Amino acid sequence: MLPIIDSLLIIFILTNLLLLGSGRLATYIQMIAVQGVLLGILTVFIQHGGFRLRFALLAIGSTAIKGILFPLLLARATRLVHIKRELEPVIGYTGSLIIGAFLLALSLWISSRLPIPTPGKIDDYVLPIAFFTIFTACFLMISRTKAITQVISYIVLENGIYLFGIPFAGEAPVLIELGLLLDLTVGIFVMGIILYHINREFSSVNVNELSSLKDSRL
Amino acid sequence: MIIALVLIPSILALTVLFLRSFRIGRATLIGTAIIHAALTIATWLLPLDTRILFGVLGLDELGRLFLTIVSLLFLVASFYGVGYLAHSSRAHASQRTENFFIVALLFFLSTMTLVTVCQHFELLWVAIEATTLASAPLIYFHRTKQSLEATWKYLMICSFGIAIALLGNFCFSISGAHSGHTSMIFGDLLAYAPFLQIQWLKAAFILLFVGYATKMGMAPLHTWLPDAHSEAPSLVSALLSGALLNCAFLGVLRAYQVAQAAGLARFLQPVFIGFGLVSMAFAAIFIIRQTDFKRMLAYSSVEHMGILLLSVGLGGAAVFGGMLHMIGHSLIKAMLFLVAGNILIAYRTKSTQAVAGLQEALPVSGALWFLGLFAITGLPPFGLFTSEFIILKTALDQNRPLVAILFLVFLAAIFMGMFSIGLKMLLGKSPEESKQPLRKEWLWSTGPPVFLAILILLLGPHIPRFLSFHLHKVAELIGGVG
Repeated sequence: MLPIIDSLLIIFILTNLLLLGSGRLATYIQMIAVQGVLLGILTVFIQHGGFRLRFALLAIGSTAIKGILFPLLLARATRLVHIKRELEPVIGYTGSLIIGAFLLALSLWISSRLPIPTPGKIDDYVLPIAFFTIFTACFLMISRTKAITQVISYIVLENGIYLFGIPFAGEAPVLIELGLLLDLTVGIFVMGIILYHINREFSSVNVNELSSLKDSRL
Repeated sequence: MIIALVLIPSILALTVLFLRSFRIGRATLIGTAIIHAALTIATWLLPLDTRILFGVLGLDELGRLFLTIVSLLFLVASFYGVGYLAHSSRAHASQRTENFFIVALLFFLSTMTLVTVCQHFELLWVAIEATTLASAPLIYFHRTKQSLEATWKYLMICSFGIAIALLGNFCFSISGAHSGHTSMIFGDLLAYAPFLQIQWLKAAFILLFVGYATKMGMAPLHTWLPDAHSEAPSLVSALLSGALLNCAFLGVLRAYQVAQAAGLARFLQPVFIGFGLVSMAFAAIFIIRQTDFKRMLAYSSVEHMGILLLSVGLGGAAVFGGMLHMIGHSLIKAMLFLVAGNILIAYRTKSTQAVAGLQEALPVSGALWFLGLFAITGLPPFGLFTSEFIILKTALDQNRPLVAILFLVFLAAIFMGMFSIGLKMLLGKSPEESKQPLRKEWLWSTGPPVFLAILILLLGPHIPRFLSFHLHKVAELIGGVG
């Protein structure tokens, strides 16, 4: 129950809201970086007992991958494809923010219904905010059309799952490390290879242009 | 031996990476498939090794059944693949892309084997994700815009699914933490299932179900499937449809087994039945008036995955039917995809309108296409008729007329859709001069599907006693009546 955890979590909520309400790719990438660093710090503070060295390594690993590596890769990808904004969101930014508020309420409700195995040891707001991050990511994935913003949404989803996992890292011996591994493999596969090829083949990275494969209208 | 099954394909894949020759690469492909098949046969002859490496790996009856399907289909596909690669190397593919293709295929085999021998939930998750990563380069083999698009969708949607499944795994371990059980080994989980915290377990199961069923092609999360299956080389489509979807199904079944041991079967059965029927409905809608024959087969896979979910949801005798259905579907669909590959090479189009007069142009493939259509739509005397009949009868016995009616309606719609398309391709008017097929058949392209056709015919009218004995055992594991 450290006040620092609460303030970090509030910053986390703000990053999600900014992701929902902004159209600039630079902002997206900054928010990814902020979330990555926050997760690294939270790893150290949220843990309850257990193996200290493991958490230190996790904190370093998650900061390095989520807070530094991904933002750098994303920044490089945006330079490569010359786009600055998400131009055609399916749902507008104001609308997205309103939906975000509903998602936050929903997350609070859901986590109030799930019993925590070791009550008192886990900060009350970690779970709701993890759920909020996951929901935000799902919403972004549906409502943003560029390939690169979908990759960003996917990273946000991973961040949410990681945040969800931190308090339970003691009970789930390797799961959280597996999450980081998934980050790395998918991140490198999707961003490194696919973005490069899509850019070369389509000369743009709009997922809407990936639409030659579909079924004829009924 | 189980470790060898997993590792041998990977090790040989690494050696292929450093090869400079077409011939040795292809020989390695076939050699690996034969070794793998031989080891798989050995698992039937020796007593089952259920706990190795502290119980992380192990082979139970359920896993062995899935392993056998994977191994058999890979053997057939590797023979077909040699002919396919010989053809495509003349056409366009360079030696580097070909060797890379073989490497990815072998890794794909390795990861699918790992899924079947996994007894640990976290490792299972890793293995299923690894199958996605290993198969993505296979889908992108042709290096076209369309295949790139298909690969992108495949990676994004399946990775989304796998992330959801990771969340499910978290919930799983939290549900155990309530009573101090932290082992994620399958056998342990089964043993202390009654002590798991029920709300978290429900959440865990739903998340695992959504995650793995995405990979299985469950509607409405199936959208990657028709694209990936239609753009991948045909032997890859055969493996995706016949082996990979089953592996994802195994992931769903493992979670179901634990939930069932915890007494959640009643809570889950409507989920299975509902999504099963929805998948069949989606498939029926998209099969009628389909203009691409590989997409038609892909949607048919969505349908059959729906039937598998339905059979598990019904429980009882239907589970036996479901297992029989799975074997039949894997064999028939793999054969149909291989035949579709022959048609595609000969006509250079996937359009159902442009292909006609198959029986004259490609006599063997035409005959197999005809046979396959009969078998896959569940007409007697083929295996799928028996299994669909068992499932229907169970639905009626359980007094679920709505399920039975919907099941029949969707089957009938799909039957009509596939037959009207398939027969036109087969009979139709002979193609005009300009549209004469560009390639004749040869043994490498017809042999493997003929082999599958023989198996399908053998399994058709009557199930061998040996098989039925084992399927009953497997069905008992997942809540069926023995």
